[in-house]
Amino acid sequence: MATATPHISVVNVRMAYGDFLIQQNLTFEVKRGEVFIIMGPSGCGKSTVLKSLVGLKSPAEGAVMFSGEDFWGAPESEQDQWKRRFGMLFQSGALWSSMTLAENIGLSLKQYTDLTDAEIREVAALKLSLVGLTGFEDYYPNEISGGMQKRAALARAIAMDPEILFFDEPSAGLDPISSKLLDDLILELRDSLGATVVIVTHELASIFAIADNSVFLDAETKTMLATGNPVELRDHCDLFDVRDFLSRGDADGGPDPNELPQQSI
Amino acid sequence: MTNKNNQSQPAQLSLADGSHDSLQATLTGDWLLGNGLPDADQVTARFAGASRLQRLEYATPGLGHWDSGLMTFLVNIQRNADDAGIAVDSSGLPEGAQKLLHLAFAVKEREGARRVFKRESFFEQVGKATDEMWQQSLALVSFLGELMQSFARLLKGKANFQRSDLLVVLQEAGAEALPIVSLISFLIGMIFAFVGVIQLQALGAGIYTADLVAVAMVREMSAIMTGIIMAGRTGASYAAQLGTMKVNEEIDALTTMGIDPIDFLVLPRVIALIIMMPFLTMYGSLMGILGGMLVGVSMLDVNVIQYVEQTKAAVGLHDLFGGLFKAVVYGTLVATAGTQQGIACGNSAMAVGQATTKAVVMGIVLIVVSASILTVIYINIGI
Repeated sequence: MATATPHISVVNVRMAYGDFLIQQNLTFEVKRGEVFIIMGPSGCGKSTVLKSLVGLKSPAEGAVMFSGEDFWGAPESEQDQWKRRFGMLFQSGALWSSMTLAENIGLSLKQYTDLTDAEIREVAALKLSLVGLTGFEDYYPNEISGGMQKRAALARAIAMDPEILFFDEPSAGLDPISSKLLDDLILELRDSLGATVVIVTHELASIFAIADNSVFLDAETKTMLATGNPVELRDHCDLFDVRDFLSRGDADGGPDPNELPQQSI
Repeated sequence: MTNKNNQSQPAQLSLADGSHDSLQATLTGDWLLGNGLPDADQVTARFAGASRLQRLEYATPGLGHWDSGLMTFLVNIQRNADDAGIAVDSSGLPEGAQKLLHLAFAVKEREGARRVFKRESFFEQVGKATDEMWQQSLALVSFLGELMQSFARLLKGKANFQRSDLLVVLQEAGAEALPIVSLISFLIGMIFAFVGVIQLQALGAGIYTADLVAVAMVREMSAIMTGIIMAGRTGASYAAQLGTMKVNEEIDALTTMGIDPIDFLVLPRVIALIIMMPFLTMYGSLMGILGGMLVGVSMLDVNVIQYVEQTKAAVGLHDLFGGLFKAVVYGTLVATAGTQQGIACGNSAMAVGQATTKAVVMGIVLIVVSASILTVIYINIGI
């Protein structure tokens, strides 16, 4: 039963800011336990689409369904129930700067469980150790490096053992090694928590390393061009733009190296 | 390519009509920015004149150093030549310049990318500004509505914020504001007393200075001055703090966890000001009366006991409660303006600055307007 209904389904969604269209006609499904990538060139509206999945911005049209239940049509209390089962890693980390790491991680536990302060602190310490930050409980976010902030934010995202983990450009601002470690961590967490993972990124290395499935959003036509496993898309997709993106502008042997770039940047 | 030595040769341009309807531009000297470069108009003027002109060629045997100065010259000519349908043969240019020129035209200008600034008429501007004010008032009212709902949740015990947060903001809005409130209130009291002493002494009623200072401070001035101090101090701080949290996605992070930012961030701040404003106002009144007493006792033939007795007779409990009620109203308005601007802040550092400014201005305007309304109401119901 659980495997039959997709964990997340996006049906004919249209995202817009007022009259300004971001993306339209989006329809895709994410299966339970999958690592799903939302990719596309810079400025195509990937992050905005993610906002409609995590409950930050309602779509102008269409529906987002979790386990077959319409999210945006549900009353606020039910939406909150769902949100508690999400974990989200923001691009900038978005740790609450007035709280220590332990307090950041403990906040949702404090709000939604009956655990004592000591128990919450233990859980926070555990989550921090999972992301390699043992002993940093009492540091404030501005006292640690950007990479550490990102990992601490990941610890906060998994504080409540979420069903679905969302990532907005997890490797932005990280060096290649940290970025690789973060990818490994994402896979490990997926396996150990059994969570579904949705990632917005255009980092090809991590796309190929971790993705099971993906959707490609286009900036020009403002809609999705393809869905499928990124490796297959790179090798077999009918559309040149998708192959070109996934092979770093080298599709079909790439353009003549003597030719100067003709594509808009 | 930019090697500015001191003996740079002046940049020179000479034009010669070549064979087959072509024009040859010869560039010599050092084509460096700030070196008094020839104007591209000299070349482009020829495009319009000679209708038979088909080609433009460059010759650069005597070209020395060059930098972006040469490139802007070339790009200007190229653009005009494209419009006039004249072919440009750039093979005579240095190789680097050819490549840069190619690169500059490699990506076609995106349609609609260039901003066109049109001048708005006076009435258009007034209309837009009015509309914006209206939108802002609507935003404030709907924010007040959300705040009311949040208070309702608080009464039902369902609003979730951390008590430790409330204590921190209480301290920031209360105890830490004492020095500035003391200073301002004390000085205001002194100023009132000076005015009173000079005017009332002429009538032989100098002792009534105590009444003037006490009634003015307790009923009106202390609440207004404290309100304005809090708008500049605490309202601004709320807007900046929440605005920065917005920029940093921290507010989104709360929302995605199902925590209402109004309950979690706004409610404790509004409560803090509602609680602290009456205390600060009462304290401000006391400071004002002390300031007045200092002036009164030193300038009039009155001792401290007489001054205190006169003050006690002048103000009643209804004056005090009238003033404290105003303080609660001003506190609510200042906190609402500050938090509303913070939550509605845009996504940039500049937006945080604007939100802070708006929070202070809005706070002060709301205080002054509500002060007038409340005073009229007080007079009519006889407080």
